[in-house]
Amino acid sequence: MTPLHHLSATPAGLQPGMPVPAGACGQSLPHESARAHVTGDAAYVDDLPELAGTLHAAPILSPLAHGRLLGVDAAEALALPGVRGLVLAADIPREPMLAAQVRDEAILPQDELLYAGQVVGLVVATERETARRAARMVKLLAEPLPALLTARAAHAAGQYVTPPVHLVRGDVGAALARAPHRLRGSLETGAQEHLYLEGQVAYAVPGEQRQWLVHSSTQHPGEVQHWVASALGLASHDVQVVCRRMGGGFGGKETQAGQLAVWAALAGHKFCRPVKLRLDRDDDFLVTGKRHPFSIDWEAGFDDQGRLLALELTQLADCGFSADLSGPVCDRTVFHSDNAYYLEQVAIHSYRCRTHKPSNTAFRGFGGPQGMLAIETIMGEIARALGLDALDVRLANLYGTQQRNVTPYGMTVEDNILAPLLGQLASSARYRERRAAIADWNAANPVVKRGLALTPVKFGISFTATLLNQAGALVHIYTDGSVLLNHGGTEMGQGLHTKVAQIVADELGVPYGRVRVSASDSARVPNASATAASSGTDLNGRAAQYAARQIRDQLAAFVAGLDGCGAGAVRFAQGRVESPKAARAWADVVAQAYANRIPLWSDGFYRTPRIHYDKTTLTGRPFYYFSYGAACAEVALDTLTGEQRVLAVDILHDVGRSLNPAIDIGQIEGGFVQGLGWLTCEELVRDDAGRLLTRGPGSYKIPTAGELPPHFHVALWPEANREDNVFGSKAVGEPPFMLAISVWEALRDAVAQARGDGQPLLLDAPASPERLLRALGGLDG
Amino acid sequence: MKDDSPAQHQSMRFVHRGAIVSLAGVRPDRTLLALLREDLGLHAVKEGCGSGDCGACTVVLAEADGDALRWRASNSCIRLAHSIDGMALWTAGDLTHDPLLDLDGAALHPAQQAMVDAHGSQCGFCTPGIVMSLFALQQQGGAQARPTREQAGQALSGNLCRCTGYRPILDAAQAMAELPPARLDEAALRALLQQIAPPPDEAADPAADSSCYLVPTSLAQALRARSRRPEARLVAGGTDFVLGISKGLQRHAWLIDLARVPELRRIERADGLLRLGAAVTLEDAFAALRQHWPGLDGYLDRFAGAPVRQTGTLGGNVVNGSPVGDGIALLIALRARLVLARLDPDSGQPGVRRLAVEDFYAGYRSIRLAADELLIEIEIPLPRLAPLGAAGAGGDWTRAYKLSRRQEDDISALSLALSLHLRDGRVEAASLGVGGMAATPARAHRAEAALSGQPWSADTVRAAMAVLEQEFEPLSDLRASAAYRRRVLAQLLWRSWLESQAGALHFASGLAGLQPVLLHAGAPEAHP
Repeated sequence: MTPLHHLSATPAGLQPGMPVPAGACGQSLPHESARAHVTGDAAYVDDLPELAGTLHAAPILSPLAHGRLLGVDAAEALALPGVRGLVLAADIPREPMLAAQVRDEAILPQDELLYAGQVVGLVVATERETARRAARMVKLLAEPLPALLTARAAHAAGQYVTPPVHLVRGDVGAALARAPHRLRGSLETGAQEHLYLEGQVAYAVPGEQRQWLVHSSTQHPGEVQHWVASALGLASHDVQVVCRRMGGGFGGKETQAGQLAVWAALAGHKFCRPVKLRLDRDDDFLVTGKRHPFSIDWEAGFDDQGRLLALELTQLADCGFSADLSGPVCDRTVFHSDNAYYLEQVAIHSYRCRTHKPSNTAFRGFGGPQGMLAIETIMGEIARALGLDALDVRLANLYGTQQRNVTPYGMTVEDNILAPLLGQLASSARYRERRAAIADWNAANPVVKRGLALTPVKFGISFTATLLNQAGALVHIYTDGSVLLNHGGTEMGQGLHTKVAQIVADELGVPYGRVRVSASDSARVPNASATAASSGTDLNGRAAQYAARQIRDQLAAFVAGLDGCGAGAVRFAQGRVESPKAARAWADVVAQAYANRIPLWSDGFYRTPRIHYDKTTLTGRPFYYFSYGAACAEVALDTLTGEQRVLAVDILHDVGRSLNPAIDIGQIEGGFVQGLGWLTCEELVRDDAGRLLTRGPGSYKIPTAGELPPHFHVALWPEANREDNVFGSKAVGEPPFMLAISVWEALRDAVAQARGDGQPLLLDAPASPERLLRALGGLDG
Repeated sequence: MKDDSPAQHQSMRFVHRGAIVSLAGVRPDRTLLALLREDLGLHAVKEGCGSGDCGACTVVLAEADGDALRWRASNSCIRLAHSIDGMALWTAGDLTHDPLLDLDGAALHPAQQAMVDAHGSQCGFCTPGIVMSLFALQQQGGAQARPTREQAGQALSGNLCRCTGYRPILDAAQAMAELPPARLDEAALRALLQQIAPPPDEAADPAADSSCYLVPTSLAQALRARSRRPEARLVAGGTDFVLGISKGLQRHAWLIDLARVPELRRIERADGLLRLGAAVTLEDAFAALRQHWPGLDGYLDRFAGAPVRQTGTLGGNVVNGSPVGDGIALLIALRARLVLARLDPDSGQPGVRRLAVEDFYAGYRSIRLAADELLIEIEIPLPRLAPLGAAGAGGDWTRAYKLSRRQEDDISALSLALSLHLRDGRVEAASLGVGGMAATPARAHRAEAALSGQPWSADTVRAAMAVLEQEFEPLSDLRASAAYRRRVLAQLLWRSWLESQAGALHFASGLAGLQPVLLHAGAPEAHP
């Protein structure tokens, strides 16, 4: 039987001249919680023991997309045995608005309902089921108001959550007029539900002296702390937020875990009890924001080789009812409108439209995928218009290394490996031969058509808000030599804790098993940025490395004093400390150091160098470096029904020098499959009144094991990060998501080959069977 | 636990970690997930969705089946707690704490170790459920049998993972057979199960019992319970019914569990009929159907996910009456009849009536079942002809197709099942069932008429397609538009004709079994 997958046999990042890793870094170590995962010992918030007297909250949801709230009739709900009461806007002791960046979101609405599913209040009861039952009995007296349900409708009405942004280089109008060829088109991209397997949950526990402990499934304990303190009128030091792990985050718990925690704390405040709020999955779908849907209009001018001469893009983002992170999300869409391509004359108009929907939020890729989907669609359209191979058009437009290497926002692309990376993948995946073989197949097969595409990814790494690119860590060494590590990042499955522990183990020269990571905790590392933007390891790994390095330096000085050598001559490796004079066991050195009153703990701090960005001119160097990758996908399309299968995927991806190849490959494969879902089977459907019809995985279908392509091959690009990043590694969380655009382009290729008319191809995402059949012309007439 | 239901409670027993757990006061409508997590504190079981769609709450159940043990993976969120009475239960947390499981000194069970070795967990939340599906796969297939990729995929069809992309999990499913096996002390387990098996007379007159979760163990008891407690809801697998509890927050004071009635679990072949008891699981029913209609494989593989197939029943699918019930469209095409039984109120004697499947439905989710009646059996005429050969002009041509966004474990937008008798190149008889095209699954009478008596040819099929496309007035909803449903329903008939010509065609008629071009023999290496 043919093997169905192939991991690269070569350890990642290894090439001649590069040292073979002797320590933990570079090894495919299992996830630090893997054994606890498989035995069910790994505890999530809802698994924590409940304190006696704990109450449970359930949300009361708006049935209207837009309406005026006239009253709340809870008589029936309050009569239910076990119900303790309601929490409404009037119960908020201090600041009624969430302490978000843009203060435009009421913690609970007072008089205006802004989306169907908005949390209007909470019912608090002794049992979760009772609270849920009672919440359904609450009658909201409300009158409907007209609702804006699409970005285009909101744009027409001039409704935005933050001001529009226009990024212009050159004179696009003139360049379009001069261009030998012009095309225009539109593209709608769909929303995407995070569907973290662990739904949103918070458990707020009151302590002494008006202090609070909040267990939150959050990517950003510091923000939860800030929001809870603001709502309750407390100082930040009165609120401690802890998260050992999340059952998935993907951006969905970057800000929107905060509302849950604030609501739970408000209920706890009112009833002076610990309160847990865990959303039922259907409610989670209704309440929380998704990946932003975009409506994109474009016009491109290009030459005979398909090289872009001018591009104008209008991006309308459906942001939902509040700003949340929409500003930075849409900025990233602007920054990734180029993907891998040099746009000489370009105008990008970005509108952040306010609609009556949940507030769309961070989701793996953070606006990048939508921008990149548009430019890749344009590449495919140009190729079809000219009768060229789409790969040739893509290659012709790639950023150069010496020229044509400045992005529309003025950043020079210094670490460009696009051309060799695409060349290598085209060769290893046999793109050209398969292109010919597929043409033969399609000529002989009237019912099933195949398509092929090879698309690149270039993704900027760093928070675009420069101030967020900082991190702290704490490393403790106990007298037995064991190491306890804490840093500001959170673990959502991405393997951050594993990688940071690997880094610390190597920095101290101790076996990986000597390092344990403790829960993310706002009381240990203050003001930590969200674990987001793929930057978790870059930031926290370096901070932890610096913390460990300070301890090591102290120990080296101590040993140097004992042995009369320079501190630089003391080596730490494999659990031993060696000076030119003596070799000692790590634990012995630690014990001796303790006896000699040498500090055995330290903090560490890191800020990303070289980055800057001017929001007023939209220029600068927002990214420390770029991550690159490419994927080649082959699909088969059933022209009778519009059903499709992905038959083969080859990926070549750049993670720099991999800290942990198994984890990095896991991120690449998982990101790809999540992107595949976004572009094919995942579709959120609302009725005409703006109510979500697809609630929960019964009707919203993410990929299963059955969607895995029969051939799925991932290889890692064998080169370290050219910037000075921890271990020479690169970030990996988000970029692979966009490798799935290869499937989108392959499907469009298959549709075009089936139609054979060379006409522009209209297809919106996701490419459901129905949309594909429509694109094939099979639903005309 | 708090309770405001009016009725009495029932005790239940099950085997857990080598001991018998006895519980009293468990509400009849308590879900197994709530019992495990909230009442017993077994937090290895996770709630991901509460609707049986994600598999995070999967547990493994074993019950005595004659001298053997019957194993299944089951979604605890859409299963009633009382339904495991008399069974043995494992969560992912039990595999390393069960005195009946000898791990031969290993720290983890092979299903767990393989997941660690393959890097099969990331966030870990779906992992306990996946470990349970792997454990069930191993117990069902034998510890040393290496599953194929397809078997692994089928075993995991009810488990969602949002992190990994599944490749390492499928690897783990295959690799666990290569680890030193864990040995289960089956004799000790059977002895424990024997201890908690209900004595034959315990449920002799369930309606007189003080309990509100009635578990009849014979058809006579079931009919008596039904006639005395017409207000009681009937439950077999419960995979749809329990959604009303977990999502709808419904309360049920009285329930009649039909899963232990031997007469309803029988599969028989006699008098030219395949007779499937109403409480036969989907999996067992499908195995029987595949024997006679091998062409149904692809359709049956896509019916729900593995845990639902191992728990849900074909009778439940019929009685549930969903317009997109995949089983119903198929049964209509197979010309099945339903056997409904009740106790005659005057004589007290059981009586039955038979009804064509399509006549069972009065309207949307409305069935013609009297308050004292039970669906006891589904009768399907066995094929009179051999399956249509490769280039044959005669034979039985039975196929079914469904359309959904996702291949596995998805509710159909529409389905078409057809069963044709072909003789000398003509359609002697045509039977077509459709789902998703009307308020109920339905028979396509007009399309049948367009096919019957005609040559089985492209012209006939094209004519029948035109009829079929106009025969129904479907809705547009979250799964598909009306226009798509109508067009694709007709296209599926064309698909079936193409497939029947497979021997004569020189092109692929569908997506099944396709491999990438030029990549058949091993993959190219990225680093040659």
